[in-house]
Amino acid sequence: MQFPIISVIVFIPIISGMLILLIPGERKTEIRVTALAASAVALGLSILLYFSYDIEIAGYQFVEKYTWLQDLGISYYVGVDGMNTPLVLLTGIVMFTGVLISWGIDDRPREFFAFLFILATGVFGVFVSLDLFMLFFFYEIAVFPMFLLIAIWGWKVTREYAAMKLTLYLFVGSVVALVGALAMYFTSGLGTFDMIALEGAAFPVVFQKFWFPFVFLGFAVLGGIWPFHNWSPDGHVAAPTAVSMFHAGVLMKLGAFAALRVGIMLLPEGAKFWMPFIILLTIVNVVYGAYIAMVQSDLKYVIGFSSVSHMGLVAMGFATLNREGMIGAGVQMFSHGVMTALFFAVVGMIYDRAHTRLIPELGGFSKKMPLVTVAFIVGGLVSMGMPGFSGFIAEFPIFMGVWRMQPWIAIVASISIVITASYIIRIISKVFFGKMPEEYADHIHDVTVLDKVALVLLAGILFILGVYPSIMVPLVESGVDNILRLLGGA
Amino acid sequence: MSGSIDSTMTFALLPEILLLFVAGFVLVFDLVWSDDRKRGLGWLTAGGLILTLVVSLIFARPPAEGILVWGSMLRYDWLGFVFKMLFIFGAAITALLSMDVKDLGTRGEFYILMVVSTIGMGLMAASADMIMLYLAIETTSIPLYILAGFFKTDQKSTESGFKYLLFGAMTSALLVYGFSLLFGYSGTTSIYGLAGAIQAGLIAQAPLIGSVFLILVGFSFKVSAVPFHFWAPDVYEGAPTPVAGFLSTASKAAGFAVLIRFFMSALPSLSTDWRLVIAIISVATMTLGNFLAITQNNIKRMLAYSSIAHAGYILVGVATVLELGMVSVVFYLIAYLVTNLAAFGIVVTFWRTSHSDEIKDYDGLSRRAPGLALAMLVAFLSLAGMPPFGGFIAKVLVFAAAVKADMVWLAVIGVLNSIIGLYYYLIVLKHVYLYRSDNEESLVVVSTPARIALVVLTAAILIVGIGFAPWFEWSSSAASILF
Repeated sequence: MQFPIISVIVFIPIISGMLILLIPGERKTEIRVTALAASAVALGLSILLYFSYDIEIAGYQFVEKYTWLQDLGISYYVGVDGMNTPLVLLTGIVMFTGVLISWGIDDRPREFFAFLFILATGVFGVFVSLDLFMLFFFYEIAVFPMFLLIAIWGWKVTREYAAMKLTLYLFVGSVVALVGALAMYFTSGLGTFDMIALEGAAFPVVFQKFWFPFVFLGFAVLGGIWPFHNWSPDGHVAAPTAVSMFHAGVLMKLGAFAALRVGIMLLPEGAKFWMPFIILLTIVNVVYGAYIAMVQSDLKYVIGFSSVSHMGLVAMGFATLNREGMIGAGVQMFSHGVMTALFFAVVGMIYDRAHTRLIPELGGFSKKMPLVTVAFIVGGLVSMGMPGFSGFIAEFPIFMGVWRMQPWIAIVASISIVITASYIIRIISKVFFGKMPEEYADHIHDVTVLDKVALVLLAGILFILGVYPSIMVPLVESGVDNILRLLGGA
Repeated sequence: MSGSIDSTMTFALLPEILLLFVAGFVLVFDLVWSDDRKRGLGWLTAGGLILTLVVSLIFARPPAEGILVWGSMLRYDWLGFVFKMLFIFGAAITALLSMDVKDLGTRGEFYILMVVSTIGMGLMAASADMIMLYLAIETTSIPLYILAGFFKTDQKSTESGFKYLLFGAMTSALLVYGFSLLFGYSGTTSIYGLAGAIQAGLIAQAPLIGSVFLILVGFSFKVSAVPFHFWAPDVYEGAPTPVAGFLSTASKAAGFAVLIRFFMSALPSLSTDWRLVIAIISVATMTLGNFLAITQNNIKRMLAYSSIAHAGYILVGVATVLELGMVSVVFYLIAYLVTNLAAFGIVVTFWRTSHSDEIKDYDGLSRRAPGLALAMLVAFLSLAGMPPFGGFIAKVLVFAAAVKADMVWLAVIGVLNSIIGLYYYLIVLKHVYLYRSDNEESLVVVSTPARIALVVLTAAILIVGIGFAPWFEWSSSAASILF
């Protein structure tokens, strides 16, 4: 029997989270070291998984299947293909860097890391699951720790409001999708939640058209699709740094990925029917999100709305239903995940030192924190889609795909690039190169070594992917082939 | 029926016989032991109940097809068996939780009454005859009336006991009136004989519907379904907390056991007519329970309304009239029993230190008792229907049954309701984990029996939620005898 690498990746976080809960609360260093070790193992294994995936063979690999409940056809069924392998890697990266960044958390770190790791297991579980029931199981596990993480360790001003809003939004979305999934289960008549079997169920077209919007939008709530994006910037802002990284970096991909896996792949006819409408929603996401980001004065809100804008590009890529758009969306999920984790890490570092995130009150940080400045600039360039960085690799195919579908949409959407450039450059010039207010001059110090490791790792990945796209694009392409096959080679 | 008693008949009653022994032992030791040792009666009761559970599980497993025993008074089948095991488990946990409650845990009569009530519940779940059923319901209820009013000097407790008695007496009068009408028209008191009588058209439509409604009133009271839910918040609030936990779990489960057996076995031909009625009751019950739970400041009242809401979810399963629906009802009750007992167990434990049931006094609990706070997190998230806890699987099964029965609207109302539920459970967790309080230094003491009970329950919530296959098999065996 082969080494069950996927299961190990999925369960390492939750098991180490439980172990952390057993450590007495006051031994904080041990708690942090355990957390770091566990996340390092998870990252290592996800890198191993990423590079062991055989693109020549393609399809689902490292598959494990165990019966969970025979009578209803529920099984523990996991495997990776070209779409989700990068996302597993992304989760590993964000988890590892998130632990590094959270080293300074001093209020109940035991519970913090335990909840964060439960969340991580949920995220890994959703990405690798090939069973519809299991997907929901892990999806909910990924949602509820957010409430506690934001409400307990978040920004004091809005945390209670934001945590409740986020949880209720996501729960509404997921239960609506759940009803749709149950309808699929019974309509298929196959008596199984196996998604690969359900792909072949050939649901009646009327059924697909009816249920597609519920399932797709139910999940896309978590992907931040307009007009259901409202929870997301509030959640980002209220969350502590590591949770913002997780939230924007990974959790929003969870929504987009589930919308793809369950919505588009199981209901392809519904997707074909609805996508022209959904692409209109995503234009609003992309352009309006960028515009709102531009007018914010709170640094974290800027990044929060920029996430809404960039996740709109992912949804837009899916909505094209063609090869270019899908590949771009697949790469964008990874690229945006790393980029936004980097952004939130930087914002967290600035806030920890200046105790404000208002752009007009900040300035001159490049002198005190040179590495942080470089990291932010890298993130900024990615976000603008500058060639040489991963953002270009992701966004260019998306716009190509959209052009093939409907040129005017591509033209409208590309306005967002200009807007993005404007707010990124404004932040860089004001926050990093402006004049530092006198009051900060004495007590602002450079970030810790651990923070630097995290930043270098994140920025390095964005750069490597930018100059050497073959490290990921063929992999995603092999996954897209499978989706296009289901869509009837559209 | 020659009057001889064969082994099947004995095995059918084995749990009840053993329970009677347990009650007898407690009675004897209550007389023998001196007052300062009487706390040990709790260990005796819990141990005896667990022993009963184990012995019954080994020896008293019923045959796959049920058989009528004891002159067709009882039916020896999986439905009754699964529920009996549930009641005994619930009673054992309740005994552990009660041990360190002042004026309760050292009183032998408390344990005896609880065990007698458990015997009644077991008979309720197994009854195959209306007369037997009525007797069983009374055997269950009368000890519960006394238990609810157990603190004689406490005004709220006596109010609780008396209120429960009045409501209970009224509804069981209606119930027995319904039974008598059915008997009058059909000439049989057997639940299984009734089905044939109705099929043969012996009962005219109008009196049939009338008596079914009267019976429905009786059962609705037992499961606290709207509009016969009014007693629940007041009774739970005033009753000793372990008793409230017992009422909201075992007693409610007994009500559902009777409900599904009676309606599926006695009235199968009416099922299409009354499924809509049940669905409407279900919607009203869960919606009302959830909305009123939001506004509560007292945790026992909140749990009372939440338990009303849960009755509503379970009724979704009943309303489907499908086998999967009945499976989901049994499974839901298994998950709900362990979860809600855990919730009440935490309230019992917390009260010992704080002498308060106000939700706002739970502020800072995660700092005063991290373990207890974690148990509360597990229990409340399970009540809210979050994985990997039992409540999630239970809700999914119930809603799946509704979707299968082409009642998507009912499933949608159910899931929307579960969002309201999530909201108020999270509010409590916010008090536990987020808010600070002034007395964070004073630790909350968790006594040994309560610790055992809470660890067992928390583990059970996880086991039902993750390794759900065996419980599903159990529920399937229980539900299959209805079809």
